[in-house]
Amino acid sequence: MSAAPQASPTATKISVERLDAWYGATHAVRGVSLEIPDRAVTALIGPSGCGKSTFLRCLNRMHELLPSARAEGRVLLDGEDLLSGEVDPVDLRRRVGMVFQRPNPFPTLSIRDNVIAGFKLNGMRGGRAETVERCLRQAALWDEVKDRLGASPLSLSGGQQQRLCIARALAVEPEVLLMDEPASALDPIATARLEELIHELKERYTIVLVTHNLQQAARTSDQTAFFYMGELAEAGRTEQIFTNPRERRTEDYVTGKFG
Amino acid sequence: MRLRRRLADLAMTGLCALAVGVALVPLASLLWLVVSRGLPGLTPAFLLGRPAPVGDPGGGVGNGIVGTFLMVGLASLLAVPIGVGAGIFLAEEGDGPLGRAIRFVAEVLACVPSIVLGIVAYAVVVIPMGHFSAIAGAVAMALLMVPPLARATEEFVRLVPGTLREASLALGVPAWRTSLRVVVRTALGGITTAMLLAVARAAGETAPLLFTSLNNQYWNLRPDLPTASLTVQIFNFAISPYESWHAQAWSGALALLLLVGVLNLLARFAARDRLGGGSR
Repeated sequence: MSAAPQASPTATKISVERLDAWYGATHAVRGVSLEIPDRAVTALIGPSGCGKSTFLRCLNRMHELLPSARAEGRVLLDGEDLLSGEVDPVDLRRRVGMVFQRPNPFPTLSIRDNVIAGFKLNGMRGGRAETVERCLRQAALWDEVKDRLGASPLSLSGGQQQRLCIARALAVEPEVLLMDEPASALDPIATARLEELIHELKERYTIVLVTHNLQQAARTSDQTAFFYMGELAEAGRTEQIFTNPRERRTEDYVTGKFG
Repeated sequence: MRLRRRLADLAMTGLCALAVGVALVPLASLLWLVVSRGLPGLTPAFLLGRPAPVGDPGGGVGNGIVGTFLMVGLASLLAVPIGVGAGIFLAEEGDGPLGRAIRFVAEVLACVPSIVLGIVAYAVVVIPMGHFSAIAGAVAMALLMVPPLARATEEFVRLVPGTLREASLALGVPAWRTSLRVVVRTALGGITTAMLLAVARAAGETAPLLFTSLNNQYWNLRPDLPTASLTVQIFNFAISPYESWHAQAWSGALALLLLVGVLNLLARFAARDRLGGGSR
């Protein structure tokens, strides 16, 4: 385990200190420490089963949804330990939003109501027309759906559905956006649009992106962390990881020798 | 060798076709018999009137139809919250010992013959009240409706993709709100189907009503009085010695068949829209 060097001069948004996570008897994340810079994209790469998705889910405690899962260590969001008993996971998830592998809009809600689902489902007023438009614009979807906001989200293409899910995550005004292989179900054109979008979003949000696509990591991220067998093998500036990795395993992976 | 295989194939296909034919004969003959004998008497006056004494012309099952709706409605008020609630619980939290126990009890209850449920309602409601009543009939019907409702609700709730639950939780929606407003909402079409099927099943039952709601020659909407039902009226018409009443039994049977058929069709219609594909 090498300690993560500071990737960029910006402030740290999330500081992970010696994180261990288990699913039942599986030790999925082993002693990972990583600094995640504010308003930048951090890409998590590594072969399947290397613990990167588990690591991501620990950042908004979605890992707890499996009863057998547990995590130890410290995850500091602006200095506050998320894994301590004092943090309410429901409040936390409003600050740390998530976008999933497959687009998962709510099929029973209209496009409009999907965007403001975070308010509606919580029985809150709020989420007015301005919110809908702002979030759909931020997610680069507004022009395509502005004439059919009342339609079912299932009438959208996969790429549009995924951008709708991003708009939905943005509507609750999170500080951090976690993306778990958000392009894995999208075609190349939709993927390119998504990457453009990630680039725009990092001006306002801290983004942590899990991806299997190395080019995507290289194109979109500022910092890259390479996971291997549950450990953080290497982390650093994306340019350095891809052109001049310090670890042999990293070099083998990014040059396609395995994985 | 090839010839033998082809012959065997042919013989088996033939046997299967024959089995289908044999299975369809009773259904077709049942429909034919009920329609041919029931249709002549199925007039508006029959559907809207109440039974007439023997010898008098006319007479109908209107009060029985109203009574059936009354009791099915009361039974639904009792059974839907319990059955749907139990189903949601089983789907969401039912993997522990408590869930297994509830599932086992529901299965046993589902196997209890309906006449036994009638006796139970008789002992629990009729005897304390001192007389037969619609509410007693509704209790018997509700006992009949709860197990299939719980089971079907559980199935439909389990069909909702876990990714929708994750999406909701990741928005900072608490687990209980997620269960109700995302998971159950998405399964609502299926749950509606389950409710309609349970209602159709209860509406067609006679045995649980014989000694709970009994019968009534008059219009009745009071739940504390004996109440007519379509099924018990058919039963009484059929066991009577009078030709004219036998004809009314056939017409009543056709009316019941239509009622239950429409409910089943509605249930299929609701099921088609199960994951809420349409827009609002």
